Amino acid sequence: MEKNLPVIQLNDVSFSYQHRRVLDHLNLRVYQNDYLAIIGPNGGGKTTLLKLILGLLKPENGTILVLGQRPQKASHHIGYVPQDHHENYHFPISVMDIVLMGCLSPKKRFYYSKKKHYNAKAMKILNQLDMADYASQKIAALSGGQRQRVFIARALMTDPQILILDEPTTGIDSKGQTDFYNLLRVLNKELTILMVSHDMNVVSSHVKSIACVNKHLYYHDQSEISENMIHRMYPNVMSEECPFEFLGHGIPHRVLQLHHNIGKNND
Amino acid sequence: MIETLQFEFMQHALIAALLTSLICGIMGSLAVVNRIVFLSGGIAHAAYGGIGLSIFMGWPFLLGTIGFSTASAILMATITLNNKERSDAIIGVIWSFGMACGIILVDLTPGYQVDLMSYLFGSILTVPPIDIIIMGVLAAIIIFFVSFFYADLLAISYDEEFARVRGVFVKTIYFSMIILLAISIVLMIQVVGLILIIALLTIPAYIMEKYASSLIQMMIGAIILGSLFSICGLMLSYQFNISAGASIIFVACLFFMISTIYNLLLNRN
Repeated sequence: MEKNLPVIQLNDVSFSYQHRRVLDHLNLRVYQNDYLAIIGPNGGGKTTLLKLILGLLKPENGTILVLGQRPQKASHHIGYVPQDHHENYHFPISVMDIVLMGCLSPKKRFYYSKKKHYNAKAMKILNQLDMADYASQKIAALSGGQRQRVFIARALMTDPQILILDEPTTGIDSKGQTDFYNLLRVLNKELTILMVSHDMNVVSSHVKSIACVNKHLYYHDQSEISENMIHRMYPNVMSEECPFEFLGHGIPHRVLQLHHNIGKNND
Repeated sequence: MIETLQFEFMQHALIAALLTSLICGIMGSLAVVNRIVFLSGGIAHAAYGGIGLSIFMGWPFLLGTIGFSTASAILMATITLNNKERSDAIIGVIWSFGMACGIILVDLTPGYQVDLMSYLFGSILTVPPIDIIIMGVLAAIIIFFVSFFYADLLAISYDEEFARVRGVFVKTIYFSMIILLAISIVLMIQVVGLILIIALLTIPAYIMEKYASSLIQMMIGAIILGSLFSICGLMLSYQFNISAGASIIFVACLFFMISTIYNLLLNRN
């Protein structure tokens, strides 16, 4: 399969908070229309990796290229869907205003002159995501899954080439999650997607490749989670300690089933 | 009640109250949605240090106080940006440090006895015309700033990280906002007093947050509520011969309680 230049390229990237090394000599290549899940334990550096790619943080050493440019220059080609923090839950803002935030650009001041154009575009995107009926609603009136769609709509306003999502399904029920991942699958036809996720089940059944980040980065081309990989990322899961963290987010019998599948495939 | 307006001091008080409501409605909404109400309180109290410094050095009041307050505001904002978890404790320290400096500097000033307490409630009934003009100019600057940067301010207030990814000059705009907040607070301390500013900054904006569906609605609503409180307070003050600043705050707090109880009952059903 012919692949062009990588859309995201990390060469020997390291990053530390104060003196604690969070990411150590990372190398990563993400190609167009890839669908990459970034998994790993809490504090393993997943969100830090996203922030480096978004240009919100600068690497201690190594280089990052996004679409062949520095991340700070390329960030307007990235649609970013941050974690839903709930801290702005009561903010007086409508769905439409949040989506319009997506076309914000300091170089295009007086963007009000093009407001009609942007409004029409926003409505079109909301329509695609089945959220058009909520355009004038306050964000506080929506459910978690609906809020997440609004944030995706905001990210899509920028006509991005890459969509980056940080734990997008936190606080969404399982029906909502299924809809959400179906939506991402459709979007993936046009976009490269990077997603931080805790959800091993969904990760294994939807994405095209997986990067395990725990200070180091291990790249897996197929969306299969081998036993070996789980051991490396969650060393306590199958050994002495109770795997609460893992059980809380993954679905254990699915992992066992996968184990079985791997055996089958190797036959 | 209209006949009270034939008194010149009453006209001035009314204009000052309306300008204060205007400035507080806009800056207060920004303070509430950015969760920097505590920082605003810090700026207001630390301004005492500036008042003391101006008296001690013999500088003009506005120059010394605005300088001191802006510096402490920038310090607090820097700490808040870099250390979100512990910012409240650090703001508390700067808050008290400013006040202590003010009191010590006044103590050290030979032959000068000023009552710092008079800055608590201000004296809206004796506002000099020059202060009204300065407030008008500040109001115009604030309206220009907020309308020019409205989209950026909205994005920064709602989702700072997203704004940065979009290339908004987050720090420049955030600090401009903090500096405008500091100048607003200082200007109005001498007009309406420290407590009235904090009350008018937070109460109308906080009440409006529940009902408004956009930031601009919240600002306009807060201006209207603030004006309403000020006018009612001034009338009460005239009618019963009680102090104007306290009356305005009383009305605002009463309204706040009614609104809170109303919301509680509404949520129950």
